[in-house]
Amino acid sequence: MKVLVAVKRVVDYNVKVRVKADGTGVETANVKMSMNPFDEIGVEEAVRLKEAGKATEVIAVSLGPVQCQETIRTALAMGADRGVHVQTDTELQPLAVAKLLKAVVDKEQPQICILGKQAIDDDANQTGQMLAALLGSAQATFASKLVLNDNGTANVTREVDGGLETITVKLPFVLTTDLRLNEPRYASLPNIMKAKKKPIDALTPEQLGVDVAPRLKTLKVTEPPKRQAGIKVKSVAELVDKLRNEAKVI
Amino acid sequence: MSVLVLAEHDNAKLNEATLHAVAAAQKIGGDLHILVAGSNAGAVADQAAKVGGVSKVLLADDAAYGDRLAENLAKLLVGLAGNYSHILATATATGKNVLPRVAALLDVQQISEISAVESADTFVRPIYAGNALATVQSSDKVKVITVRGTSFDMAPASGGSAAVEKVAAAGDAGLSTFVGQELAKSERPELTSARVVVSGGRGMQNGDNFKLLDALADKLNAAVGASRAAVDAGFVPNTYQVGQTGKIVAPELYIAVGISGAIQHLAGMKDSKVIVAINKDEDAPIFQVADYGLVADLFQAVPELTSAVSK
Repeated sequence: MKVLVAVKRVVDYNVKVRVKADGTGVETANVKMSMNPFDEIGVEEAVRLKEAGKATEVIAVSLGPVQCQETIRTALAMGADRGVHVQTDTELQPLAVAKLLKAVVDKEQPQICILGKQAIDDDANQTGQMLAALLGSAQATFASKLVLNDNGTANVTREVDGGLETITVKLPFVLTTDLRLNEPRYASLPNIMKAKKKPIDALTPEQLGVDVAPRLKTLKVTEPPKRQAGIKVKSVAELVDKLRNEAKVI
Repeated sequence: MSVLVLAEHDNAKLNEATLHAVAAAQKIGGDLHILVAGSNAGAVADQAAKVGGVSKVLLADDAAYGDRLAENLAKLLVGLAGNYSHILATATATGKNVLPRVAALLDVQQISEISAVESADTFVRPIYAGNALATVQSSDKVKVITVRGTSFDMAPASGGSAAVEKVAAAGDAGLSTFVGQELAKSERPELTSARVVVSGGRGMQNGDNFKLLDALADKLNAAVGASRAAVDAGFVPNTYQVGQTGKIVAPELYIAVGISGAIQHLAGMKDSKVIVAINKDEDAPIFQVADYGLVADLFQAVPELTSAVSK
């Protein structure tokens, strides 16, 4: 059984992003980039399926500029077998990503597609659901536990507003990962070296016959309103006084 | 122009989260309809019919909708979409799960978690954990949009008298089935709508110590939240998590106890009106957003604070 994992190259989660003065976007030049944390969790889950003998091959897919290959290499170092890079410098919005992934899925025919719940740059939380729709497959989003059954179905526990819910989905299906699905491994140096030899297929949106033109036009990117600087209080008594008499919230 | 809002509910009661999407819909303008898709959910439709500003409630009543399965709800929405210029849902777990599927089936680019409506085709949304705001314009025929609840004051729950119209079910897609749920029970106000939130982080050290926050929350009639670290460590259930990928809250008062203030946590609470931080580390980043910061041992400060406040 093949498992396909999508991995996105994003600004590292520790970076405090700065909005460009000209309002066209966020400063990404010379900023540390990493694999989207939810996608790391996805790669980990796929590799565990392989280690458990449930998956035969893990394919890591990334879409975007040439640097996406670094992200694929990280997935390969974590244990993915092969990579696919769909290269384009066009801004990819979730609908276009889902269409590209569908085209790759049509070629590769994985039984499970694993995506991160959301990318920490655009915070869209759409692509997995969109891919499932285009494939006519079930979707299991915000997953905190995955159990494959013997009868072509899987039980997925999902984190929802009120707690946890469990659904059974038919294979093939799309899973999106939530934080507590697993704790991703660090790639060891030997595995990082081995990963350099694993193959990455190169494709383009044109070859896949997908129109990736963005639908949403970004008119501007601005900073959120700044909070006024606060103060330090010296005691609980002072805190209560301020909350009662100054802020008037208690 | 006509807007369809997907109602959030449990088949018995309309969830007030819906009222934030209704408020956003009102800013867009045009005819406002609410879709109640559920199982034996007539009572929800009746409640939706009373919401101020709503002109019609559509009720799709079928076992296929009783458990909020995305494949079934999306099929229904796609069938109804032809009549609407906009389809909205509050960004609850259900809204986030279902709407993108609808968008893809309609071949449109969804706009997630809008925080403002500039016009019928232009919206503002947070990106990079809320450290930037993007103003985006859509030329898609139907705009599919999820709404950040904290950014829109709720539409009134009463004052309206819409007609309830039954619509045919679109059938079960047969792709998924509901097995069960484990809901965290609480007598406290809902975290996402509470006036006051008391939140604990790694500094609480264990789940048992959250009793200290419970005592304070009791006095303040507050909800209790937590950072990712506290949830990951098993101190409290996932329902408590406030943050970029957890619950987004904007209460009148947010008290962060033993929380360092990582970017991802701030994303979930930095729109709170007043922020208090209690932490023994004076360099904790949380103090940069706190209106009132108390550098102290929480195990001393929290009980002291609890005694000092009256209900």
